[in-house]
Amino acid sequence: MLVVVDFCAYPFSGKRKGRVELGHCQLWITMISNNYVEIRGMSFSRGDRLIFNDIDVDIPRGKVTSIMGPSGTGKTTLLRLIGGQLKPRGGSIIVDGQNISRLKRKQLYLARERMGMLFQSGALFSDINVFENVAFPLRVHTKLPEDMIRDIVLMKLQAVGLRGARDLMPSELSGGMTRRVALARTIALGPDLVLYDEPFAGQDPIAMGVLVQLIRLLNDALGMTSVLVSHDVSEALSISDHVCIIADGKMIGQGSPKHLKEQGSPLVKQFLQGLPDGPVPFHYPATDYKTDLLPGN
Amino acid sequence: MLDYIRKLGANTMHSIAVLGRSGLFLWSSLVGVPDFRNGMPLLIKQLYSVGVLSLVIIVVSGLFIGMVLGLQGYNILVDYGSEQAIGQMVALTLVRELGPVVTGLLFAGRAGSALTAEIGLMKATEQLSSMEMMGVDPLRRIIAPRLWAGFISMPILAMIFSAVGIWGGMLVGVDWLGVYEGSFWANMQSSVSFEKDILNGIIKSLVFGFVCTWIAVFQGYDSIPTSEGISIATTKTVVYSSLAVLGLDFVLTAVMFTAF
Repeated sequence: MLVVVDFCAYPFSGKRKGRVELGHCQLWITMISNNYVEIRGMSFSRGDRLIFNDIDVDIPRGKVTSIMGPSGTGKTTLLRLIGGQLKPRGGSIIVDGQNISRLKRKQLYLARERMGMLFQSGALFSDINVFENVAFPLRVHTKLPEDMIRDIVLMKLQAVGLRGARDLMPSELSGGMTRRVALARTIALGPDLVLYDEPFAGQDPIAMGVLVQLIRLLNDALGMTSVLVSHDVSEALSISDHVCIIADGKMIGQGSPKHLKEQGSPLVKQFLQGLPDGPVPFHYPATDYKTDLLPGN
Repeated sequence: MLDYIRKLGANTMHSIAVLGRSGLFLWSSLVGVPDFRNGMPLLIKQLYSVGVLSLVIIVVSGLFIGMVLGLQGYNILVDYGSEQAIGQMVALTLVRELGPVVTGLLFAGRAGSALTAEIGLMKATEQLSSMEMMGVDPLRRIIAPRLWAGFISMPILAMIFSAVGIWGGMLVGVDWLGVYEGSFWANMQSSVSFEKDILNGIIKSLVFGFVCTWIAVFQGYDSIPTSEGISIATTKTVVYSSLAVLGLDFVLTAVMFTAF
């Protein structure tokens, strides 16, 4: 547990809070968990298909966490559950001390102001230019004067290397540039938690290298907690402090990249090393091969 | 037979669920504390794209429908020597019926389909999801201004349609076929009642605007986020809106103009 002592009028969210009054000053003592996100016994299904079955996940505060697993295991679904866009069937999802699935609509939108999500497509607003896209959350959530918004937007665009592209429309950007602009927009309000949905998918090596560097750099520079869903094992592992591997609705391994590489289960090792055969078989279940080839069958 | 009953039951349940969802959607979009600082520029932008950009089709259609009414009316009335009544015939037809109904149908085809496609595409490209994740409610930011723009635009468009239609009727009746201008306007003035005809026409167009916009934005928001899904949603918008306009027109006409 971390103990945070904060001289401010209002406490930031945390698990247990205490207040001591020292003359005119209020001293808030907040004990916050080491984990920014704690998922306990969570189940989720789509129709009859069970996606998660009694799963536990910890996302450490201030770290980069990668969530990996075979296609269709529900990695993006997990991000949407953390963001409160989906509700679990059972269990709890605690995000910075708040059970996100139990929040009312207004509280949920307030909680989301401290989150950011980078979508696979970038999800830039197609009717406004790059500058306005990055300025959007600032204009909606703050009452900052226009010159200050301009400065913040240019700083965010400078951080992702696209200050010169501020007047371009989203349709004029390449895939890599789109994601960098989306990243600038995601960090515009200085969120505590950033969720990345497949940030490297479909990127050329240069764009991928830029994104890998940016995610790590921004996480450390801004003191955020980052959650990364990716299939690109080497890139994800290279910047992650913590890795969670999901398969068949269960958590099959979580820990540091080194720990998982050395002591992970055969399924974890197969996934991390990209082996074609193993606990996940190469062949789809079928009858005996030789019998199948015999004449008359 | 049992299979048929089962399918009928499933379809009925599905329709009721969609109706309930659309009701909640409307409630969540419109009910709440208005945010004039952020909302007004969005509303003005939508009034332009929903209302102003629909003007051309409304004006041109109104003109031709008015001209056709003038021509047909003259050909019928001249046999009875009553061609002087062409003004009241054109005006009553437009103000009571054709103005709200044809504007509703054109509005569904032009603005409604555009709204559905735009919102559906925003959903497919995750723009609505990204807005949610930024702590911005898309129902208040995207849907509400479009709904209000539709409600406001439709009666104004219907009035413009009727006015241009009357002018078209006058062009044909008075300028081309030689009906006396004084009779044209005087008969119209004496027979068209503000409360019974014009106000009822405005009420009709308000109802059609409400229903068409509601259908359009809900179909976009509820669409399957694929190209095929958006195509289906756009088609549904035009079909459902047109049927709703025609069906509601009958109900409203029965209530407004029939003495039970």
